[in-house]
Amino acid sequence: MSTEMNIPDAAARAAARPAAVEGFDTEKMSLSMGPSHPSTHGVLRLQMELDGEVLTKCDPVIGYLHRGDEKIAENMTYNQFVPYTDRLDYLAPLANNMAYAIAVERLAKLEVPARCQAIRVITAEMARISAHLLGLGAFGIDTGAWTVFMYAFTEREKLYTLFEELTGARFTTSYARIGGVARDVPEGWTQKVDAFCDQFLPILEEILALLTRNKIFMDRTVGVGVISREDAIAYGLTGPNLRGSGVPMDLRKDKPYSGYEQYDFDIPVGEHGDCYDRYLVRGEEMRQSVRIIKQAIAKFPSGPWYATDARKIFAPPKDKILSSMEELIQNFMIVTEGPQMPAGEVYFEAENPKGALGFFIVSKGGGVPYRLKIRAPSFCNLSILPKVCVGNLVSDVVSILGSLDFVMGECDR
Amino acid sequence: MAVIPVKRAPLTLAERTYLPQIAAGLKTTLKHMFQPKLTMEYPEQRPAIPPGYRGVPTLVMDPHGREKCVSCQLCEFVCPPKAIRIKPGTVPEGSGREHVEKAPQEFDIDMLRCIYCGLCQEVCPEEAIFLQNQFSMTGYSREEMVNNKARLYELGGTLPDQHFKWDKKKAAAEESADGGSAH
Repeated sequence: MSTEMNIPDAAARAAARPAAVEGFDTEKMSLSMGPSHPSTHGVLRLQMELDGEVLTKCDPVIGYLHRGDEKIAENMTYNQFVPYTDRLDYLAPLANNMAYAIAVERLAKLEVPARCQAIRVITAEMARISAHLLGLGAFGIDTGAWTVFMYAFTEREKLYTLFEELTGARFTTSYARIGGVARDVPEGWTQKVDAFCDQFLPILEEILALLTRNKIFMDRTVGVGVISREDAIAYGLTGPNLRGSGVPMDLRKDKPYSGYEQYDFDIPVGEHGDCYDRYLVRGEEMRQSVRIIKQAIAKFPSGPWYATDARKIFAPPKDKILSSMEELIQNFMIVTEGPQMPAGEVYFEAENPKGALGFFIVSKGGGVPYRLKIRAPSFCNLSILPKVCVGNLVSDVVSILGSLDFVMGECDR
Repeated sequence: MAVIPVKRAPLTLAERTYLPQIAAGLKTTLKHMFQPKLTMEYPEQRPAIPPGYRGVPTLVMDPHGREKCVSCQLCEFVCPPKAIRIKPGTVPEGSGREHVEKAPQEFDIDMLRCIYCGLCQEVCPEEAIFLQNQFSMTGYSREEMVNNKARLYELGGTLPDQHFKWDKKKAAAEESADGGSAH
């Protein structure tokens, strides 16, 4: 009783316990959490070694969702791989589509028109909101707040309706094409996005109010899973997890792509690097995303929505294909041979909701990549688990996993 | 255009004691209780499908009841999961097009493989394959989930033709023939 009064925090109490008592040896227990566990957010398995309730070792076991996407990419043309990028970070397919398309366009040294860039920025930021809403909702469930998830999903539903109208699919959007997008935005769509943003901001404040000043949530997150600035950099963390540790790195600012330099937005950073900071950073990022979307819609450019000069990369318009022999042949060539790329190498990474999603493409010319490597942010973010979990309670591991907000579809790819 | 540190302030006494928080939470709950419900009584209620939706792929006929597909096999080639299988054939005798055109003898789409990406519709040079509104495909066996040609046309029906490619060609040929005879 007295120790419980002196040290109210369970983890601190466990740590303050004498290491070994003469004649009272305890055995360590090994516990496997996952691959089918509600709080491992997918098929992640944690092989843990426990001393009492405190972790002494934590090994993430991954690969349960491995599909060999990188090898698949070597066997198909660049455009055919777009649906596979949907399935990397399946919570933000539009952002993946964009990152992949820009990577291939960098290889071809192709510039897409301003309208296409603006469409990509709007869709990527909508995808960021959608991914962070799910991240917050799932984090809420992990820490015992179910309502957040339901309210967040109501908003995601609205976003999905907008995605459906734009791309024809709610989840697997497959929207990008090399040199453009699959189709132009429908009439009145940008106004609908603008209206969504207006009604979303007060609802976002309401959702965040459920957690930000919630004592139960704060008890479970403040000071838990602290990642120091040095560790975050050393383990290659990116995205909100890195910014939560106080490193102001955001590729949208540092290496602007797709016209991000035109938009005015702030980078939220944490100070303590704990689970609570990572949560706060995600919440603030959604507000900034709304800012970016509103700016992009305010100066939404007209003009072509695909690279009209890329005759060997982007298929000609459909009415031309149906009426002119030359365009018909061009369409057949682009589909069967693939978009024609020069030989060379390119590495491009984009600031996705989970972190820096990179594509390294080696081309020997032609329409099929020789090698395509995907740098998945979730994979790198999970690499810190053995470091950050040790010394915490099992129940804190759930908080840490929720705050890291990873997707196994991307980690295992 | 700046880096903003996220702020955290220590909890106030009201927040720490938690009871006022419960009242605030119940206020939010009550507010939401009297808002319109967002859930939908599926399948009695159906969601509105926007134009351009990517549902089940189907084959369509032109308004004259002719097959549009010329079995060029471009969709079969582009399909990322290799769900489409085409066996080219000829247009039936007596249609007046048998010497200029081909038609698929067999056309199967394996709906267990299809990922609804819409690339087949995008590349089709005849506007013959369309992803339409249907989104729920179910069956009891694997065979049932493979849509054959008859089923694809049944699902697809007739869509208005945007271009009347062959009618245009015929009209152009007749026009030039008329022009030739006038000279």
